[in-house]
Amino acid sequence: MKSFTIAGLANSLRQKKISAHEIAKETVDRYKNDPSNSVIRLNEEKLFEQAVAADKLGYSNNAPWLRGIPLGIKDNIVTTDTQTTCASKILEGYQSTYNADVVNRLALAGALMANKLNMDEFAMGSTGEYSQFGAVLNPCNKDYVAGGSSAGSAAALKAGIFAGTLGSDTGGSVRLPAAFCGVLGLKPTYGLVSRYGLVAFGSSLDQIGPLAHTVDDLAAILEAVAGRPKDKDSFYWEQDSTLSPVQNQPYRQALVTAANKKLNIGVLDLESLSKQSVVNDEIENRQNELISFLTKKGHKVSKVAIPSIQYSVAVYYIIAVCEASTNLARFDGVRYGKRCSSGNLEEHYTKTRGQFGAEVKRRILLGTFALSAGYYDAYYKKACQVRRIIKNDFINTLNSHDLILSPVSATTALRCGASTDPLQTYLNDLFTIPANLAGLPALSIPVGRDKNSMPIGAQIVGRPFDEVTLLSVAQSIQTEFYKEAEVENAI
Amino acid sequence: MPFNHPQFEATIGLEIHAQLTTSKKLFCFCSTAYGAEPNASTCPVCTAQPGALPVLNQEAVDLAILAGVALNCKINNTSVFSRKNYFYPDLPKGYQISQFDKPLCSDGHVDIYLNDTTVRINIERIHMEEDAGQSQHHHYGTLINLNRASTPLVEIVSRPEITGAQEAAAYMREVKNILVYAGVNDGNLQEGSLRCDANVSIRPKGQVKLGTRTEIKNVNSFRFLEKAIDYEIARQIQVVVAGGRVVQETRGYDSAKNVTYSMRSKEDAHDYRYFPEPDLLPLLVDQARIDKVSSNMVELPSVRAARYAKDYELPQSITATITSSRALADYYDKLVSIVGDGKLSANWVVGQVLRALKESSPENAAENIEAESAVDPGQLISTERLAELLSLIKEGLINNNIAKTVFDELLTSTASAKEIVSKKGLAQVSDTSLIDKAIDGVLMRCADQVAEYRSGKDKVFGFLVGQVMRELKGKANPTIINDMLKKKL
Repeated sequence: MKSFTIAGLANSLRQKKISAHEIAKETVDRYKNDPSNSVIRLNEEKLFEQAVAADKLGYSNNAPWLRGIPLGIKDNIVTTDTQTTCASKILEGYQSTYNADVVNRLALAGALMANKLNMDEFAMGSTGEYSQFGAVLNPCNKDYVAGGSSAGSAAALKAGIFAGTLGSDTGGSVRLPAAFCGVLGLKPTYGLVSRYGLVAFGSSLDQIGPLAHTVDDLAAILEAVAGRPKDKDSFYWEQDSTLSPVQNQPYRQALVTAANKKLNIGVLDLESLSKQSVVNDEIENRQNELISFLTKKGHKVSKVAIPSIQYSVAVYYIIAVCEASTNLARFDGVRYGKRCSSGNLEEHYTKTRGQFGAEVKRRILLGTFALSAGYYDAYYKKACQVRRIIKNDFINTLNSHDLILSPVSATTALRCGASTDPLQTYLNDLFTIPANLAGLPALSIPVGRDKNSMPIGAQIVGRPFDEVTLLSVAQSIQTEFYKEAEVENAI
Repeated sequence: MPFNHPQFEATIGLEIHAQLTTSKKLFCFCSTAYGAEPNASTCPVCTAQPGALPVLNQEAVDLAILAGVALNCKINNTSVFSRKNYFYPDLPKGYQISQFDKPLCSDGHVDIYLNDTTVRINIERIHMEEDAGQSQHHHYGTLINLNRASTPLVEIVSRPEITGAQEAAAYMREVKNILVYAGVNDGNLQEGSLRCDANVSIRPKGQVKLGTRTEIKNVNSFRFLEKAIDYEIARQIQVVVAGGRVVQETRGYDSAKNVTYSMRSKEDAHDYRYFPEPDLLPLLVDQARIDKVSSNMVELPSVRAARYAKDYELPQSITATITSSRALADYYDKLVSIVGDGKLSANWVVGQVLRALKESSPENAAENIEAESAVDPGQLISTERLAELLSLIKEGLINNNIAKTVFDELLTSTASAKEIVSKKGLAQVSDTSLIDKAIDGVLMRCADQVAEYRSGKDKVFGFLVGQVMRELKGKANPTIINDMLKKKL
């Protein structure tokens, strides 16, 4: 079964080789036969409705690129066309009365949705095993995890159900599953994409990001949702106060122009990170091969040391859980969600919120503790101060380098059930977390396979709002260094 | 009465929550209009739907700046919003967006005029925050109405410097008055636009360290505030005198029984786990914005009172009464601009107009306070009609007593003062020949009193004037009577 790419489908639609209705039908078929449990729900009726509407509008050369193409939406992005549950029992049956900003933008760009992708509950997890709707399996090998928390966003893409998906990334939740499943995953610069309608986990860290098979596809999705739209007044009002005022950019076009630029690439010095950085040999070897390729292409490649990265996991697991403990306070069963009725108020709260999974509870407890009287200065305040140091170190490094190359994680996909110690699992996020702390754009690219045939990913982190550079490097890697099989054979 | 006890002194700090007169809520576009169907004025943001985010209402910021300027505060160029975390069904997000360590305004003050002296009460800070929704408890359960949730508030925190209940009530009145003048708040205590929490403690006279305080929550009437604090001070004294200790706790006030009662003890005290709100940027307010907002400021009560004292030579007790409500002061200004006589206008405004206001509304009469609910006197009698009445007095057509009768008539009829006077034949007699005749008559009839006066009893003069007035059926010009009678005696 071949995978779809957005470009492939867009061209087929324009050449009248296929209709949106037929694409939708194929999508539903694949969803029903999906062994990876990547899709939590799909509203067939609405999907066909949207497909028919798209076909009616047609696919002239002026038609928006994404018209008629179904995209997968992570279950923590609210839509009016399907329920949103964040893979949690506490939101079972929740129907949002509004659409997330990104959903409105994608609809404007012609994409079809009416689905929700599986994930770790409330985006808390890095394997995809914390969903209350069943774990997500890696389509490359069902004995392995897909990675998390945007597990379904990577798996549904790899499994060929969707040509492109949206995930969310707070500490690596787009990049890690992308690397584990062998697809591209981008975390945009903080403030580039509106968070209005993304169920908040770590407000100062969250960003919605696209996943796709090809760089052109990734750019196409990003183009639809990033920055201020040009005809802003005729559309809707962006209700995220942390948005940057940057304008929307045509990334697909920009890629072409940026193509042959020679760059200064910094390779993250792993020794400077002490014991935390024991990276799998195969991953390190593959990275070295990539470095040779980049050098041959004429880029200047040198080692960069950012020792403060060794504190990132500790900093993140204070800041993120503190913000999360308050972001999840609204889930009290009073106004929406699954309420566990009771005689008195306290029982109402404890029974209703008792529905959270163990990892969610763990993080809420951690966050509540770290913010409490007597501990605030030692934990939250200190973490914020160290965060600033880490960010400054990155900005300084990026003054003399166009991007920083590193692994995405120390290992490839783990086996299902192998992550038993939560704290140990947290350490897997060492390489992805810093980009969230610093608010920088970061892209995960498939660069090979290990001896078990599991995908290996590499990560590049760039300057604020310089997604174009990341995309153009990724494109050259994909065209001339390594291509996943799905990309070769895509429709 | 100011608080005075041989052994103890009291300290009170007030936290006033005032709703801002914006048309929309603080972080979303829902209307703040009072009286909508329950939960009709809501949206994903103020009902804390998953994924919703706050966007700051800049009109609210301008009003908060105005409040700070009106209360003589320093407006901070940088202030930060914080999350104040606690669980309650009428707090949708499970946290309130407020300001904690970096409020919008600091170090202000208010001067209150009380018992013939002026007292300065200092204000610690003013910060912006959103209101919670409303809960209604019934035997079958609790109903939650989120129309009020996320309404913009300013919280005005006084330094703990107030020394008694009367002073506290006077401070709250003055703050409310200033906010209403500035257009920041509508002063409607009945609708809950203005609410007050009082922190009360006592200590032995002369001791510097403050005693344990209790917090009396949500008192929404000046009269009840004063009574609640009076009761609480007395209660605390009783506790201490009996050898006990005051427990730090939250108390409510039962107006029917006139007692405070315990609501929550210290054990349940909240740790609000404040931290900076990550969904909002720090609020940057530059001097240009402060200047622009201030330039729209109306003449505040203290400034107006000073102007009246200077321009019309009015004593402080009178200017304080006139400026006690913006409606009354605006009415006075308009009246003076037509009549041209500040003193006469003042007498009538603090006299008959104020009396009519109190009588027109039972709450005002019961509360016995100056125009608590900001009723516009113009609704009872327009400045034009009253001005006409006053001009008749100035012309000498009627005297003050007759004018009072005409005033009452003006309240109920649509006729003008002139029409009423002529219709009822109330014009006073200024014809000197008639007065002369009347005086002669009186002097003859009251020969004994005349003799008494001529022998030195000055008090009898008033009696004789009264007799002349009676003779002329009360409609004579008293000044003329006085002059002529004096000459004849």
